[in-house]
Amino acid sequence: MNIVVAMKQVPDIQQIRIRARKPVMEDVVYTFGSFDKNALEAGVQLKEALGGKLIVLCVGNTELEDTVKEALAAGGDEALLVVDDIYSDLDSCQVSALLVEALGKIEDVGLVLFGEGSGDNYSGQVVGRVAELLNWPQIGFAQEISYEQSTNMIRVIRALEDVRETVIAPLPAVVSVVAEINEVRIPSVTQILKAGRKPKKVFESADIETVLPGKTHFIKSSLAPENNRKTIIVKSVDELLTALKSENLI
Amino acid sequence: MAGVLIYSNNPNYLMELQSAAAVIAQGRPVQTLILSGINSADSIKVENLYICRNKVCISDVGVVAELVKQAASQLNCDIVLLSGDRRGKELAGRLAQKMGAGVSTDVSALKVEDGKIIASRNAFGGALVEESIIVMNAQIFAIAPKSFAEAVPINSPIKEIELTIPDGVVELIASNPKSDDAVDIAEADTLLAMGCGFEAQSSIAEVEKIAAKMNAVIGCSKPVATDRKWFSEDRVIGISGKTCKPILAVLMGISGQVQFWAGIREAKTIVAINNDENAPILGMVDYAYVADLKDAVPHLIDKLGPKGL
Repeated sequence: MNIVVAMKQVPDIQQIRIRARKPVMEDVVYTFGSFDKNALEAGVQLKEALGGKLIVLCVGNTELEDTVKEALAAGGDEALLVVDDIYSDLDSCQVSALLVEALGKIEDVGLVLFGEGSGDNYSGQVVGRVAELLNWPQIGFAQEISYEQSTNMIRVIRALEDVRETVIAPLPAVVSVVAEINEVRIPSVTQILKAGRKPKKVFESADIETVLPGKTHFIKSSLAPENNRKTIIVKSVDELLTALKSENLI
Repeated sequence: MAGVLIYSNNPNYLMELQSAAAVIAQGRPVQTLILSGINSADSIKVENLYICRNKVCISDVGVVAELVKQAASQLNCDIVLLSGDRRGKELAGRLAQKMGAGVSTDVSALKVEDGKIIASRNAFGGALVEESIIVMNAQIFAIAPKSFAEAVPINSPIKEIELTIPDGVVELIASNPKSDDAVDIAEADTLLAMGCGFEAQSSIAEVEKIAAKMNAVIGCSKPVATDRKWFSEDRVIGISGKTCKPILAVLMGISGQVQFWAGIREAKTIVAINNDENAPILGMVDYAYVADLKDAVPHLIDKLGPKGL
């Protein structure tokens, strides 16, 4: 059975400057969010047990054809991309509809993996929307995943705030992972070079049959919080402690 | 007018959600749903409390979503408030898809303007705060813990609600409480944060001395917990960890990544100690001290002694 890892291309937020409380979106460098990379690595580790391929599935703008190489270098066997510049800024319900249509184009999907949240919006809702559209079992916050071939079930240890639960579910299923599940691998130069030659199927909006639902949200404002901190440089521990003491903080 | 339905598996968060509902209800009826597995169901004190007595596996998100959807329909609610803990977040998307609703998660604030509910949440990795309105009538909000104070308990009889329990597909085999400490970094008045600037795990013992002298609690940046495993995840400060608002935060060996900053930026006073004079954090805080932690930490221990300050 094949494993699909759904990954969201996001701007590399650490490199984005904020000007007048808004992000400067010129020369954006794209990457995948860290939890998506954990999901990819989880797929790499499960691939052998499920006996199939690891397919990277992404929806987004045309930069994806380049960005996806990162994922192919880190262990994805193939990629299926739904790309169009009109897909630059989709709501979760729109992305979910496109992901489900794309999943229909992939054979023998046993497991769909997500990170616990995307690298930019981090709403964590797409995993549930996709699971509902597929009517598949949904398991979130996986810290350990193992596959039992005899029963065709997965056993997942999932991390909640106060407990760790062990749950089982039959495949096919949808699972989201937490960062603790594994360490993201850094591809070697050879792997990066090979990535360019791995198969990529690319669909455009014209190829899509689903009528996209409307957006669910109207964004009233999206601004960097004001930072009115003092930014006082202190040159010694004494100076620091004196300052804190004068403010009755210690 | 369609009402507001509150659902959570956590009795404390249920009380916070009552306060959140009060902000947005605008005269709508507010109802609360609990499922039978919840801890101390009989001591939950809210009005219009409904319990579904059937035993269900709440780890099966599809089942819980179906039950909450049925309850919302039966009780004529088109707005649902969920807790923003992991159980609430995993439910949010599935429930929204079932109800044809829009959903906002990790909501830190709510207000109503011109009859529209405006939710605030972090966006863009935590770099921005977004205010948004859900365009359809069916709206779901998963509220970040501690964003609202717990409401005053109200004694009220529990009512039963009959729901059709769907077949489950996820089975719970074991449930193991985390043996982590009882410290909640989000409750601390003084918080010390350890970042990747520390080289050796033995540093923790040294920082603990500072914490003891300052009556502080220690938290960390995400990589220190998930990659280095120096701390458990509940010590992580940031967008995927905890949002902390201490009176004093001392950030040590922390560069100032966006996802971390979102979890500490509302602290009253922030100090940063970092040996890299170009570290972004130094321009973001109240007091910035460029120093090698190997010198700064022992100095702090020394100066914070009983003889010092």
